Amino acid sequence: MKQFHELNIKEIHDGYLNKEFSCVEIINHFLKRIEKYNPKLNIYLAINKNALIEAEAVDNEISERGISRPLLGIPFAVKDNFLTKGLETTASSNILKGYLPQYESTVTKKIKEAGAIILGKTNMDSFAHGSSTETSDFGPTLNPWNIEKLPGGSSGGSAAAISAQLATVALGTETAGSIRQPASWCGVTGFKPTYGRVSRFGVIAMASSTDSPGPICKSAEDCAIVTGVIAGQDNKDATTSPLPVEKYSEGIFSKDLRGLRIGIVKEYLLPEMNEDVKNLILNASDQFKLMGASVEEVSLMDPHYSIGVYTVIQRSEVSSNLARFDGIRFGQNRDAFCEETKRRIMLGTYTLSAGYYDAFYKKAQTVRTKIINEFSELFKKYDAIIGPTSPGPAQATGISIKQPMYGEMEDILLEPSSIAGLTSIGLPCGFVDGLPIGLQITGNQFKESIVFKIADCYQRHTNFQLFPDLEKVL
Amino acid sequence: MHTVTVTPDEVKKIGKLAKINLQENEVNLFAKQFTETLEVVNRLNEIDTNNTEATYQVSGLSNVTRPDEINETEILPKEIALGQAKNVHNGYFVVDRLIDSDAEELI
Repeated sequence: MKQFHELNIKEIHDGYLNKEFSCVEIINHFLKRIEKYNPKLNIYLAINKNALIEAEAVDNEISERGISRPLLGIPFAVKDNFLTKGLETTASSNILKGYLPQYESTVTKKIKEAGAIILGKTNMDSFAHGSSTETSDFGPTLNPWNIEKLPGGSSGGSAAAISAQLATVALGTETAGSIRQPASWCGVTGFKPTYGRVSRFGVIAMASSTDSPGPICKSAEDCAIVTGVIAGQDNKDATTSPLPVEKYSEGIFSKDLRGLRIGIVKEYLLPEMNEDVKNLILNASDQFKLMGASVEEVSLMDPHYSIGVYTVIQRSEVSSNLARFDGIRFGQNRDAFCEETKRRIMLGTYTLSAGYYDAFYKKAQTVRTKIINEFSELFKKYDAIIGPTSPGPAQATGISIKQPMYGEMEDILLEPSSIAGLTSIGLPCGFVDGLPIGLQITGNQFKESIVFKIADCYQRHTNFQLFPDLEKVL
Repeated sequence: MHTVTVTPDEVKKIGKLAKINLQENEVNLFAKQFTETLEVVNRLNEIDTNNTEATYQVSGLSNVTRPDEINETEILPKEIALGQAKNVHNGYFVVDRLIDSDAEELI
């Protein structure tokens, strides 16, 4: 029989219904695992002290009414940039140390209403400024596969929480890669919804024109269940779409992919890329053919250009969004910003300032249009496009220090789809040097269902959803 | 293609605009790093965008409004709104003096 931390959403619900275990037992099990492994891995920054009380209420509800809510009694890890009322929220920054939010983010409100139990808040790059968790003011999270490696970022704590099985589901946010890249480095499944599909209300802002909250889970199926709960229009976020939310987890199962057209992006197999990584992506491509899809090589703009576009857009929006941290209404004063945050705010201030706006900000936004147009053309002929998520596996601790564009360079293959606001999933497709490698499957805006269907079929036909044995790693 | 060099003086000026106090070593470090970053950004000039419009947002929505009605359930009570501030007085946030202070100095 599986241990509690190995169960997915459906298996936990089956266990509750069949009275194999209680919610209190499940939550207790996770809290004990966190107590045991967190001091070494530095995944959680704060623990919800009411989790067991909430679990008792769930057990009462199940005995009276069964399971009528989609996430009832499911243990969640939440990235520390979602405001959680009364539970310390810092975005891994000293400027917000001790901050107790006065209101709840829409996403965490929705998972709570769906019955989820939040175990705690997870480490991240400070203000999500990075792809390593090394810019966290509270120390980096370590990769559960190998503690000499980083988990990626910025949602590194959330991805590591799933890999180390210190939660069943985690919430992350992605501005350009911050869900898919750490999911890949940790060997788990991370889903980035279309921009505007999930509300940003109550998420500490990074770059508002691309920020997209989403789940990190053991599987595409669990991601689909969670996305079905958190997606939807929100009158507190004017950029959320009025389009109806599809029932992603129903009808996700497909025994083959016949009739689907997939493009593999030639330029995403970078010349500088590790050959073993390339081969795993080509293996995945063959697997899609075996499952009945047609796979053809397609071409997009050299992704190196997206680094420049993303850098300007993101730093400009950061400089504007972080103006609110004045130490007057909440938090410390601006001297508490870490070096990376200062750097991003200031370069953004520069690119938005008089005399440079046209040369940098406007130029970046016009190249953005070109990137969007290329994707639009491709999606007339293809249902989804695939490629690697990262040029290589997880990198060693310390590598991001002194590299002022580390994150932008690392996320080169994820920036184009983020700039265009597309939906995409990152999932494991094999191992190199004992570390997981990620595959991205990207769909057009609001084509979440197709991405889930392809990813779920791939995971049912392959066996890369593996988890490290922490007793051996630590 | 024009190259851009960010000087330490420009970094100091940006610091003032962004209200960020810098140490002298940060000024020089940032000047060097900003110049390097803008070199990468400058590669965008290899792409012809003369006939391309800028895209500032990708939601496809415009002029989104909501009914102009007060929702009592979504108003933060004053004591909660003030609850995380370090300096409050008679139900107000206290802010540092800006007028006739050093901060007014022209940038």
